[in-house]
Amino acid sequence: MIQIIDLACSLNGQVVLDGIHLTVPRGQITVIIGKSGAGKSVLLKHVLGLMRPDRGQILVDGVDLTRARGRRLQEIRRRFGVLFQGGALFDSLTVFDNVAFPLREKTDLAEEEIGERVRYRLSQVRLGQEVEEKYPDELSGGMKKRVALARALIQEPEIVLFDEPVAGLDPPMTNTIFHLIARTHQENQYTGLVVSHDIPAVFQVAHFVAMLHRGRIIAWGAPAEIQNHEDAAVQSFLRGEVNFLAD
Amino acid sequence: MSRANVELGVGVFVLAGIACLVYLAVHLGKMEVFGSGYRLTADFHNISGLKTGAAVEMAGVEVGRVERIQVTPSHQARVVLRLNPEVRLSDDTIASIRTKGIIGDKFVKLSPGSSEKTITPGGKIRDTEPAVEWEELLSKFLHGKV
Amino acid sequence: MVGRLLRSMGRAVLDWLGALGHATLFLLEALRQAFLPPYRFRRLLEEIHFIGWKSGLIILLTAAFTGMVLGLQGYYTLRKYGSESALGSAVALSLIRELGPVLTALMVSGRAGSAITAKIGIMRISEQLDALESMAVNPVQYVVTPKLVAGLICVPLLTAIFDVVGILGGYVVGVWLLGVGSGVYFSGISQSVVALDVNGGVVKSLVFGLTVITVSCYKGYFTPRGAEGVSRATTEAVVSSAVLVLAWDYVLTSFFM
Repeated sequence: MIQIIDLACSLNGQVVLDGIHLTVPRGQITVIIGKSGAGKSVLLKHVLGLMRPDRGQILVDGVDLTRARGRRLQEIRRRFGVLFQGGALFDSLTVFDNVAFPLREKTDLAEEEIGERVRYRLSQVRLGQEVEEKYPDELSGGMKKRVALARALIQEPEIVLFDEPVAGLDPPMTNTIFHLIARTHQENQYTGLVVSHDIPAVFQVAHFVAMLHRGRIIAWGAPAEIQNHEDAAVQSFLRGEVNFLAD
Repeated sequence: MSRANVELGVGVFVLAGIACLVYLAVHLGKMEVFGSGYRLTADFHNISGLKTGAAVEMAGVEVGRVERIQVTPSHQARVVLRLNPEVRLSDDTIASIRTKGIIGDKFVKLSPGSSEKTITPGGKIRDTEPAVEWEELLSKFLHGKV
Repeated sequence: MVGRLLRSMGRAVLDWLGALGHATLFLLEALRQAFLPPYRFRRLLEEIHFIGWKSGLIILLTAAFTGMVLGLQGYYTLRKYGSESALGSAVALSLIRELGPVLTALMVSGRAGSAITAKIGIMRISEQLDALESMAVNPVQYVVTPKLVAGLICVPLLTAIFDVVGILGGYVVGVWLLGVGSGVYFSGISQSVVALDVNGGVVKSLVFGLTVITVSCYKGYFTPRGAEGVSRATTEAVVSSAVLVLAWDYVLTSFFM
């Protein structure tokens, strides 16, 4: 379980996060929606410990991640898997080596065992053996995302973070990725935290939805509750309205 | 790119680099790999710009190098010479500081004497002649003292 | 008006000093990581291949032409004083003391340094560095340290190759084309070059190598967002490396001579 308590952060004198309170329940997928620039990615970077907040706490099973350093931070990170926005695959490594990377770095598994696990994860995201020897720049955007998902899951993480998992993908591929997220979640029962502005497609994987607006969480609940939320900002975002006055 | 290609390239590169470095250091820089040769010291009144690394010659043949230059407590210049092992000097050898050409490098010239005894390694050359100062010579000449 | 000018100059100097300190801390961290496990020999090998082996051809070419030009220029200058016999020593000393270390560092900066900045910059903006960190792998240790150690190994070796090839280039022009005696050329070299020259050259190349690779990695590692950020960082890396190498050269020359 992840608890975010009163998290605040400003960048270059501009307040990005302004006292976030959010609970991400264990074994469920929580989706954070909001306009681009609302601070979703910054929030995710804080959860990863890549950025330090001005105030507030992020508790991962009661341990405050914002104050952890060195080895303790690494221990917490080891329980995470991350799917980055563009995939963040290593250009100089093949697909196989990319997916195997966390295992080779952090475990003493034999090469045979590593190969087995990599193949299992690749098949889980519907990729065959023919992609193993390809380099990331030979893959389409959707394939990169799937390889990155396989890499995020290779260490059987308890918590998986998704940063805009379908940004820049066409609708069929969007559905494929969300389907894969739902399926891997069913098989591995991880705690998921998804950041996306892709509504309503993202509702199909969400157990809970939180709406981030101007650095605060203004709505939280099950997808159905959010869709019928009375807050004007939530409704205008869901309908995709352009509101010049609000900006 | 295959593993073997990387290893081959690195191997060739490192070998070539080390070969060049060794050539520069040992052949040109006269780095003493096994510390061959032996040392002698000589005190001069004036070495007038002799540099470490300058040549030591006997009968016009290079037989060693100047290794170190210090000032003694009695305000003389102490020059440490490293000589090739096969060179033997009699104990009445004279060391003098000369110049190649008029503006050339300074070097140490050794003129052997006729004594039967040789200087042992680590020993000292007793008879020395200081550098000839051209300016001094010139001014003496101009003022008619020569 | 004058106040504002002074203030903006002051800010520029402070920014520059801040960046210098920041880059030094970055360098120290990267060197510290070299002594902490896991030791990444495989990565080191890849970087030696990239920085050393792949710079080989361009170093051979520049060295040969530099030596040939030195031979030509030196010959016509020395002939005026009737000392063509000093050609070998003039070529060798210029190369070993100055041109070898400086030109090698500039070539490495242009070929390998710029590529390093672009590569790390792309890793930064495509979040590959964040990905490493999220997998509990230290990105400085994985990406920067092998390049730095490889630079410390490769640049002195490349410099030695440059010196030797340059001396041969001077030989080709001086002896084959202009008729200086072959023995005169080489005995001139071995009479004038002393250990201090060679050691000074090695120290210079170590310092230059460290400078070029540190600047290139630093500029890439702290690339601002966007593709324009990468191109600007690459340009800045090459320019800063060149300026720093020449400034260091002055300092080290006055120290050694």
